[in-house]
Amino acid sequence: MEGLNIPLNHILLVSTLLFSIGMLGLMIRRNIIFILMSLEVMLNAAALAFVAAGAHWGQPDGQIIFMLILTVAAAEVAVGLGLVLQVQRRFKTLDMDSANRMRG
Amino acid sequence: MGDMIWLVPLIPMLSSILLMLGSGSLPRVIIGLLGVCSVGAAAVLTLLVGLDFLANPQPFQMTLWTWMQVGNFSPGIAFYFDGLTLVMMSVITGVGFLIHLFSTEFMEEDVSYARYFAYLNMFVAAMLVLVMADNLLLLYLGWEGVGVCSYLLVGFWYQNSANGQAARKAFVVTRIGDTAMALGLLLLFTQLGTLDIQAMMGVANEQWQVGDTLPLIACLLLLGGAVGKSAQLPLHTWLPDAMAGPTPVSALIHAATMVTAGVYLIARTNGLFLLAPTAMMIVALIGLATSLMAAFTALMQSDIKRILAYSTISQIGYMFLALGVGAWTAGIFHLMTHAFFKALLFLGSGAIIHYLHHEHDIFKMGGLRSKMPVTFWSFMIGSAALAALPMTSGFFSKDQILLQAYLQPDAGPWLWLGGLLGALLTAIYSFRLVFVVFFGEAKTQPDGDTGWRMALPLVVLCGLAMVGGYFIIPVAEVFPVASGEHPANWVEYVSISVPLMGLLLSYLIFHSGQLNVDKLVNSSLGQWLRRFWHSGWGIDWLYDRIFVRPYYRLSGIMVNEPIDAIYGLIVAINQTFNHWLAESQTGRMRWYIASMVFGLILVLTLALQISAEAL
Repeated sequence: MEGLNIPLNHILLVSTLLFSIGMLGLMIRRNIIFILMSLEVMLNAAALAFVAAGAHWGQPDGQIIFMLILTVAAAEVAVGLGLVLQVQRRFKTLDMDSANRMRG
Repeated sequence: MGDMIWLVPLIPMLSSILLMLGSGSLPRVIIGLLGVCSVGAAAVLTLLVGLDFLANPQPFQMTLWTWMQVGNFSPGIAFYFDGLTLVMMSVITGVGFLIHLFSTEFMEEDVSYARYFAYLNMFVAAMLVLVMADNLLLLYLGWEGVGVCSYLLVGFWYQNSANGQAARKAFVVTRIGDTAMALGLLLLFTQLGTLDIQAMMGVANEQWQVGDTLPLIACLLLLGGAVGKSAQLPLHTWLPDAMAGPTPVSALIHAATMVTAGVYLIARTNGLFLLAPTAMMIVALIGLATSLMAAFTALMQSDIKRILAYSTISQIGYMFLALGVGAWTAGIFHLMTHAFFKALLFLGSGAIIHYLHHEHDIFKMGGLRSKMPVTFWSFMIGSAALAALPMTSGFFSKDQILLQAYLQPDAGPWLWLGGLLGALLTAIYSFRLVFVVFFGEAKTQPDGDTGWRMALPLVVLCGLAMVGGYFIIPVAEVFPVASGEHPANWVEYVSISVPLMGLLLSYLIFHSGQLNVDKLVNSSLGQWLRRFWHSGWGIDWLYDRIFVRPYYRLSGIMVNEPIDAIYGLIVAINQTFNHWLAESQTGRMRWYIASMVFGLILVLTLALQISAEAL
């Protein structure tokens, strides 16, 4: 294949980094909006891995899965933002730690 | 006349029910009349039926209705009437009537007058059912009814917890024997297919040979029941404690009638026992051992009722000895004479206790001879009969037993010697009682002598205790014919003289003081023997150690339910884990995520590790 030829390993490395950053954000952020954003990052990391793999083996499946993930992510954000609104209304805060009612 | 016998147990039963229902509302006079007259009516009926029977001695059977019908098992509410039944019924209703009459005065002040007579009537009814029953199941019903009434009457003054204790002891100890008897009934039914006594003995004679194992087992199980009810070794310990009840109760139940139920049972099933000579030998040995043990114990007691209680055990031992050597008639004869003189002695002691403000210790009495003449003469005659002095009723019956024991082929002379020793001791302890209580200096002042309701039964029983020996009981048809043998004359002379020797010894020791036994008693061995015999050969102590205390200890452990603790452990483990897991449910989402991540890392690492190894 001509043109830009990036080795698969590099792409996977980026994907892993993105995933880790997302997961780290998930664990350490308290604001629910940032948590949602971290989730998006993780989804995109996975999507990147699919696209790279599809390109590597010359199969279209990777890109199809990418489309699916994109849809899922959009749906997720829609639901997620709805929840964020509810949380904000109910608890008057976006801090997840102070919004827990499920003690023991 | 014979078809009226079903009324005999029914009348006291109805009276008992009436008294129970109306205990709060009936006036005392009516209660007394009802209680006494119902038994009196039963006695009169028995007399009429008995006269009829003596004129035409034909045993008959009477089925009222079928009790239950299960397969080929159909016991009836059926009565059987023969000479043995007649003797037992006469003793129960006759002596029972006198004791009821005595009770009206003895219990006059008691609050629970109606309850007392209700129980007493119920007892008489149950005992009548026992002796009249045609099949062993109905007999067992009467047997248990008697046990229940005994329990109720021993614990009659239930406010004192010691009395309740004594009642429970009587109930539990006899229950051990009853269980053996129930097993015996089951065995007999499965083997012989019927529980009707007459039919059963016929089948047994066809099916079994003399000396077979099965009749031996059946007899031993029946003997277990008899031993429990008749207070023989090793189940005799309830009787001395049963003296906690009112004294007329002791007279009726624990001397005259109920304790003889065991003797009656063995005599009634004599056809079975004849098939098992070993069982007969065991009966004789138990009787002899019990009579000696109880006689030694009676010698050391100081409670007037306990002396009489042990003498009862001892005399029933004689009856067992008689049954064991095949002297059926002599055994039943002794049962009857014993009922007369023991009821007399117990009622006499009841009079003493009544007028001495519930004093039981004979050493605190003394000199009562002139103050209570009726009671004194009752005791004189009763003790003479108990000791079997010549011409009294006890003499005829006990003499017969000893002579027949001598003729027993295997160990006759030994049984005879043992019986003689018992007779000697009986004479010593019964006259010890008389000398200590009625002679010597007066230590207490009685309130007076007996009123007519107490005196009349005493006088009648005095007469019976004197002449009872001349009665001829109509049991010749019931028992196999005894051999006409007669032991040598010297055996008879010795048997007659031994009680007299006992009387002489008793006189020398306890009255004139010419024979001084202080030295003997005060030696260390004497003291030890004294304590040993006083405690009833330590049997109560032994049972306490072997059965009662381990049982209490075991219950003490079981009350905490150790088996449950195992299941409790499972619950505890679950609860601990639940606690830990519940702790982890903090509701903090970031912690959940963190734990998921670490879990994921762990799983991935493991998966990689395993796949690397697999390569």
